[in-house]
Amino acid sequence: MIAPKVTPRVVLYEGDSAAPLESSFRGQLMTKILERGFPVTIARSDRQLGSPGSPGREPRMVLGNFSGKLPPAADSTETAGKPLAEFRDISGLDLEAVLSVVDERLADTIDAPSGKRWKPWFPVIDFSRCTNCMQCLSFCLFDVYGATSDGKIQVQNESNCKTDCPACSRVCPEVAIMFPKYKAGPINGDEISSDDVRREGMKVDISALLGGDIYAMLRDRSAKAQSRFSKERDDERALKERQRCLDKLKTTVGNLDVPAEVLSSLPSFDQIQIKADQARQRAQQALAQQAAQKTQ
Amino acid sequence: MSDQPRILYCHCAFAQVIPKDVKQGVLEQLGAAGIEFDCVPDLCEMSANRDPLLQQIAENPDIRIAACYPRAVHGLFVAAGQPLPLAGPEIINMRTLNAAETMEALMKPREASAGIQIHENEFLETSDVGADRT
Repeated sequence: MIAPKVTPRVVLYEGDSAAPLESSFRGQLMTKILERGFPVTIARSDRQLGSPGSPGREPRMVLGNFSGKLPPAADSTETAGKPLAEFRDISGLDLEAVLSVVDERLADTIDAPSGKRWKPWFPVIDFSRCTNCMQCLSFCLFDVYGATSDGKIQVQNESNCKTDCPACSRVCPEVAIMFPKYKAGPINGDEISSDDVRREGMKVDISALLGGDIYAMLRDRSAKAQSRFSKERDDERALKERQRCLDKLKTTVGNLDVPAEVLSSLPSFDQIQIKADQARQRAQQALAQQAAQKTQ
Repeated sequence: MSDQPRILYCHCAFAQVIPKDVKQGVLEQLGAAGIEFDCVPDLCEMSANRDPLLQQIAENPDIRIAACYPRAVHGLFVAAGQPLPLAGPEIINMRTLNAAETMEALMKPREASAGIQIHENEFLETSDVGADRT
């Protein structure tokens, strides 16, 4: 389970006791702070400087053109004398200097510097469409999906998902899996047209193909390859064979839009077989749990 | 109560799915509008991290969210175990609108927006599968 993470917030204060920020400076500053991974609030009144007592409220850093005189809220404290927020006067500082202030104080509060953060690419389920058929769980080789104790589908390991790979959404017969950062609809969350539904309906067959035949194809090719390699074990030839399989796979499942990096990093045929069997088993267990729930 | 709902802007980091000029234009115009508003780096990242801020957002039905497709935004909140209310929140899609259109939608007085309430709200069949992971 992922532990909830509290990220500090930067407040750009432009209330009574601070001069407004220059427009383009404000825009650039907001962009740079957001790119560093921190939420930003534009505050025009003391109300936004922090209300004490909210459990789990994120720490705040308040920046403003205070001209040397911090607002009264800077002296406010939460219980136990903890300051409501840390105030910094940025009067006369240029963009880089302000960002240095932010970095100096907050950089160690995030897991990774900007540019090295995990691209949050993972499936998002539209539960108004999902029928808990477990096709996605059966299909995914990377344990992204799991099931709840009552047999409902759940995205359990987001970071296992292969960046830019939307393949599981294409095997979903209900168009219920979204990748919000995908380029096209309906996978990106766009409205679902009747054409999409019809196409996905056809995917019940395709998903059977994917759930079984892709792996079957890989297994078949594996068996043939093993037979051949048993006669002639040659690394270079094995590599060529693997590449040929991948090219064939790309041709066959090209419309899945699976990135080449994902295809080339697929585990060995034997591992695929094991993973596919495990996934299928978990899906069957979840379906059995669903059935048991219904009979109760 | 203010004339306008609170505004939340998602900067949609990591991907170029929202054009840079739209994001920059919206940010600058919001800043120049003299209002208070909140910005977050990336709702997807917050959803994956179960960021407690999502709970605060979900508890306020009087909000307009500038982000991407409403179905996706609702899904991200559900995935984090903090579904948005059935009625109230409006989601403005910066993937399909330009900066001026986004600003127009964000700054509309409350009455004028009542009629464009989100059909996507029907997405919200609350599921508890988001938060309670095993």
